[in-house]
Amino acid sequence: MTQQPSTGGDVRLTGISKTYGSFTAVHPLDLHIPAGSFFALLGASGCGKTTTLRMIAGLEDPTSGIVELAGNDVTALPPHKRPVNTVFQSYALFPHLDIYENVAFGLRRRGIKSVKKQVDEMLELVQLGDFARRKPQQLSGGQQQRVAVARALINHPKVLLLDEPLGALDLKLRRQMQLELKRIQTEVGITFVHVTHDQEEAMTMADQVAVMNGGRVEQQGAPAELYENPGTTFVANFLGTSNLIEAEVADTSGGDLVLTTEGGKLALPAARCSAPARTGDTVLVGIRPEKISLTHAEDAGTIPDGRNRITGRIADSSFIGVSTQYVIDTPVCSEFAVYEQNIERDSRLVPGAEVVLHWNPAHTFGLDATQDIDAGTQLDEEAA
Amino acid sequence: MALTRWIRRNLVVVAGLGTLAYLILPNVVVLVFSFNKPNGRFNYEWQRFSTDAWTDPCGVADMCGSLSLSLKIAVWATIGATVLGTMIAFALARYRFRARPAVNSLIFLPMAMPEVVMAASLATLFLNMGVDFGFWTILIAHIMFCLSFVVTAVKARVMSMDPRLEQAAQDLYASPAQTFLRVTLPIAAPGIAAGALLSFALSFDDFIITNFNAGSTVTFPMFVWGSAQRGTPVQINVIGTAMFAIAVLCVLAGQLAGNRRKRS
Repeated sequence: MTQQPSTGGDVRLTGISKTYGSFTAVHPLDLHIPAGSFFALLGASGCGKTTTLRMIAGLEDPTSGIVELAGNDVTALPPHKRPVNTVFQSYALFPHLDIYENVAFGLRRRGIKSVKKQVDEMLELVQLGDFARRKPQQLSGGQQQRVAVARALINHPKVLLLDEPLGALDLKLRRQMQLELKRIQTEVGITFVHVTHDQEEAMTMADQVAVMNGGRVEQQGAPAELYENPGTTFVANFLGTSNLIEAEVADTSGGDLVLTTEGGKLALPAARCSAPARTGDTVLVGIRPEKISLTHAEDAGTIPDGRNRITGRIADSSFIGVSTQYVIDTPVCSEFAVYEQNIERDSRLVPGAEVVLHWNPAHTFGLDATQDIDAGTQLDEEAA
Repeated sequence: MALTRWIRRNLVVVAGLGTLAYLILPNVVVLVFSFNKPNGRFNYEWQRFSTDAWTDPCGVADMCGSLSLSLKIAVWATIGATVLGTMIAFALARYRFRARPAVNSLIFLPMAMPEVVMAASLATLFLNMGVDFGFWTILIAHIMFCLSFVVTAVKARVMSMDPRLEQAAQDLYASPAQTFLRVTLPIAAPGIAAGALLSFALSFDDFIITNFNAGSTVTFPMFVWGSAQRGTPVQINVIGTAMFAIAVLCVLAGQLAGNRRKRS
């Protein structure tokens, strides 16, 4: 509860879990959120991300484990004694108070008498100076959202927790508020922990993303790292789209693993394979649709050597402006997704055409084949 | 022809005015007859205009005593029922406990049961316990039947309240006591006020239950009933008109305050 604009504090969760009766919402998890970072907890609904956030806020008692804020153990502290503030889903603005009193609420509860200057400044920051005497229900969704942010930020918390803060806004406003929140975070330097089910939102805003599934953290890292080198099938499918095919390890002698599939041999950099791979093992080979190039079968000879290649037939194509999305029927997978940028369109690439799919082996990633190959696909559709 | 067409076009207005007249006509009669100067003891026939009753409202023996007793009982019953009812409503809306389903349905009994039955059984209970009838038995009876109305009004309000509001208050450094006083109570206030107003009105004009449990004590409704047998003093109309006027003023004031809040 420092008065000065604090630099953010770090959050450390150690072995934290939450069970409701026989249902485990969060399995024991360890998470370190660095001070001053914009951290996203990403997952489908029911994955335990909001429960985790509420345990940091103190609104939920962990069944086990320790919550540390800026080096202090706060596990036993009630919410009103923790130096964190929350922006709630659907904002939870006090309907009986006007905007000014909503924003001043935290300051007043800490016994600060002269709140006017700070409240005015904060309302200016979120561009709501003229609305101070309105009631929350008289504002639009976006304005209410900004009030909720102002009400939390005015207290200079060490950590700001955001629980799906943009879920109720329409797409255009959501994009605008994403940039706005990112700007505010850079300006105040407070640690932001952002819970969302929108993978695009998490990737645009956060420096660090933890992908949660079934009460566990599947993978944590910078957005680009998670996207380029997912560690599990869930991450591969939930963050964007991936083509996953089963393959057998044929040779591990070089820097690249050589894999055999029904469609031919593929190369995979050993460092990009998260599964143990000995000769004879089965692994899942993944490739993002936009990394793949399509060449008509007649021009197969023009494809440079050293690229992974699979042959197939175009089953479907849909033109969506910046790109064309193809579904290719191949021996390894009947629905191979390929996104081609619309730069030089080959008019022969229509459904029914025989094509060769080829890509730089460096973009290939390898996953443990014991996982569910479709994990995360339905969830993504549901969340979107 | 023109008339039927006019009626058809203004049917809503006509029906509205008709209903309003139906509701307000008895009150108008009471008001008019409060300015009457009856010849005999009964104030049922218009004789001539007089303000005698208005200038001397307590001119009838025992009437103002019973009036002030009724007001006193109504105030205490309102306070008792509102405090208890609010607490019960919060308990029912917020907590899971073993007797909750039973309490939830039993609380409606006083609303559902015929008043005479309840009055008679209460009187039997008091008699068997050897309690003297009077102010306290009336008060206990009134609090009992007002409770269900307060619980119903407050519970509806508490149930519809977003639990995140209280969490937000705690998150913004409000202690549990501050959270209740600054957030929960103000948001539940309209429900509590509705329950309290209902309680006051119900208690003030209750006759049946009071009559069974009053002993020799006489409340205002009992006084009116008693005097109706022997002759009705004009002052009863004065009190009735005054109550009506005060109630209307309260409603108007409430609506004005609400409008002003909405506009600002």
